[in-house]
Amino acid sequence: MRNIFLVIRREYMVRVKKKSFLIMTILGPLLFAAFYAAVIWISIGSVELKTVQVVDESSMFKDKFKDSESLKFSYLSSPIDSAKKGFQKSGANALVYIPKNVIKEPKSVRIYAAKNVSMELKSGIEDVIEKQIEEIKLSEAGITHKILEDSRVNVKSETISLSEEGEKTSSSGAATVIGGICAFLIYMSVFIYGTQVMRGITEEKTNRIVEVIISSVKPYQLMMGKIIGVALVGLTQFVLWIFLTASLSSVATKVMGDKLSKEAKAVTEMQQGVQNNSVPGGNVQNPVAEVMGAISSLNIPLIVSCFLFYYLGGYLLYSALFGAVGAAVDNDADTQQFMLPITLPIIFSFIFAQFVLRDPDGSLAFWTSIIPFTSPIIMMVRIPFGVPAWELALSMVLLVLGFMGTIWFAARIYRVGILMYGKKVTYKELAKWIFYK
Amino acid sequence: MNIIEVQHVSKEYANHKALDDVSINIPKGCIFGLLGPNGAGKTSLIRIINQITGPDSGQILFDGQPLNQKHISRIGYLPEERGLYKKMKVGEQLLYLAQLKGLSQKEAMEKLKIWFVKFDIKTWWDKTVSDLSKGMQQKVQFVSTVMHEPDLIILDEPFSGFDPINANLIRDEILELKQKGSTIIFSTHRMETVEELCDNIALIHKAKKVLDGPKRQIKEEFKTNTFFVEYRGQLVVNTDLYSLEPSKELDEGYKRTSIHLPAGITPNQLLGDLVNQVEIRSFGENIPTMSDIFMRAVNEVPEG
Repeated sequence: MRNIFLVIRREYMVRVKKKSFLIMTILGPLLFAAFYAAVIWISIGSVELKTVQVVDESSMFKDKFKDSESLKFSYLSSPIDSAKKGFQKSGANALVYIPKNVIKEPKSVRIYAAKNVSMELKSGIEDVIEKQIEEIKLSEAGITHKILEDSRVNVKSETISLSEEGEKTSSSGAATVIGGICAFLIYMSVFIYGTQVMRGITEEKTNRIVEVIISSVKPYQLMMGKIIGVALVGLTQFVLWIFLTASLSSVATKVMGDKLSKEAKAVTEMQQGVQNNSVPGGNVQNPVAEVMGAISSLNIPLIVSCFLFYYLGGYLLYSALFGAVGAAVDNDADTQQFMLPITLPIIFSFIFAQFVLRDPDGSLAFWTSIIPFTSPIIMMVRIPFGVPAWELALSMVLLVLGFMGTIWFAARIYRVGILMYGKKVTYKELAKWIFYK
Repeated sequence: MNIIEVQHVSKEYANHKALDDVSINIPKGCIFGLLGPNGAGKTSLIRIINQITGPDSGQILFDGQPLNQKHISRIGYLPEERGLYKKMKVGEQLLYLAQLKGLSQKEAMEKLKIWFVKFDIKTWWDKTVSDLSKGMQQKVQFVSTVMHEPDLIILDEPFSGFDPINANLIRDEILELKQKGSTIIFSTHRMETVEELCDNIALIHKAKKVLDGPKRQIKEEFKTNTFFVEYRGQLVVNTDLYSLEPSKELDEGYKRTSIHLPAGITPNQLLGDLVNQVEIRSFGENIPTMSDIFMRAVNEVPEG
């Protein structure tokens, strides 16, 4: 026991002290934060003020286009030809031309711009014109403003999951996001830390230090020490990442916050301008609050504890196999031939995850979340959507049995492999090693 | 008293027998030479003593008890293929290896200090192993083998990779460790080392032990009762007493030849005959070298 602890400590310290660990620890959250910031930046990229000139020959749209933080409308009385000529000099971003017979020929509306206009601007202008034409046509048909207002019912559905604990508001959007992130993290960590175990073992073998070490430590202890040591490195990195990402993104949010709120206001104003007749309030919500609400509707403690369980289970299952490969070959270059059968199930489960996200209760989802080789990734996709307790229990028990099995298997190969040099190993040979006394 | 008793140990790998019913006793406090051609099974035996692998049959007693985990800390092992963690610092690495052998951090620190002073390598403590030359790494590894003062030290080709000065330093250390009561097993091909240092030997060939015992006694057994003589003059063979090999011309008219005595004839009788015939410059018995013994023992084993 003391020896296992010594091995774990060495494996952990050597990796944590490496420069690359420090760099990854700092760079990881920076990348996340940069990504996060970039998303915000792109989404508010159009926040600068744009001026739009309107030539309204039908004179039905006077004051219907409302100015907002990002858009300023000006009405020209000159005919369209001269407006077009003056457009370049005026410095306006777009020129909207509404012909006289717009009601009969709605497709004749034109938007002129020096560069392509954004979809947002185009659809915003189209909305205003459509609404106005619709209203005119309706009132021509004798439907009053009052009836119109009454007819605008806003239907917004909530998905409710029915379970033994009763009804519970669920959010499939948030579940999808959380499930996807968890699956991706497990996928990445199994790969990254699994190959670290493999490299570490091959390194000891090519260095020839392994013979010295196993004259003091049992091969099994050395292997487990390495696997556990690297697992702890992974946990450390996760904790640091979560901590640093949280603090960095809060800084990023603060910096971007002003812009974000401006944009939100601009969008709201635009929507209100467009939907000046619609039911006030209600459907215009703060999107951030919506996401937060959705997340809090999920069972966070369950997700976090399952994440830790499936990270460790999946890691143990696969790192043992990676370790066996590391022990069987002489150098990194030879690992390729044995890597494929190990990486395939990981990659497949990541691909399956995309389907399971769409259908979290299908039979593909059920079977792949029960089988230990795919369950670490697939079950994490399903958990945010809610999984029956017996399925979760079965999957967990099988995963524990699964990693115990792969560790046993790896240990058999390991103890023979680490002392075997200069021999190209085949699968047949590996099978023999397992049954050595 | 034997520190190691190998009793009828056999070990078989997939395609070949590595050890076939081998029994060897290694007395306490001696330097023991484990000899044999490449692939004879020496490394397999050493690995079994180190508990890296187990025997298929037979057993090994350490200090009278069946070998077990507790004995690991009493053994120091220097494998033929040397290796250290390349990217670890020398000091950290030795501390780690010492702790694996059961020393506490404090004990390990104290012992290491003594060795670093002794080998004059104090400046190496914070160096990375890959920054050291090959010879320096060997020294570090030697320290790692003996720092926990084991009762049994197993050295596989300990002098390979050392320059003569460092080889001498290591040789003196080995003798000092023996003085302090450690038993040392040498596995080596270098017969001059065996000649110089070993008290007892065992020779393994094709998975079988073909020879073992005190070196002196083995040499005695392998003596062929031949004598060499350097002389001047005409030597006529007295076929009743001895047979003569063709002589070789030396300087100043001297010749050298080997004389084989049949059983029952003493060297004195031979000398008596020689003195009357020629002028003798030197005379002595041909004692077989370890190299001769090795060659003969290996060649006497029938093929297959």
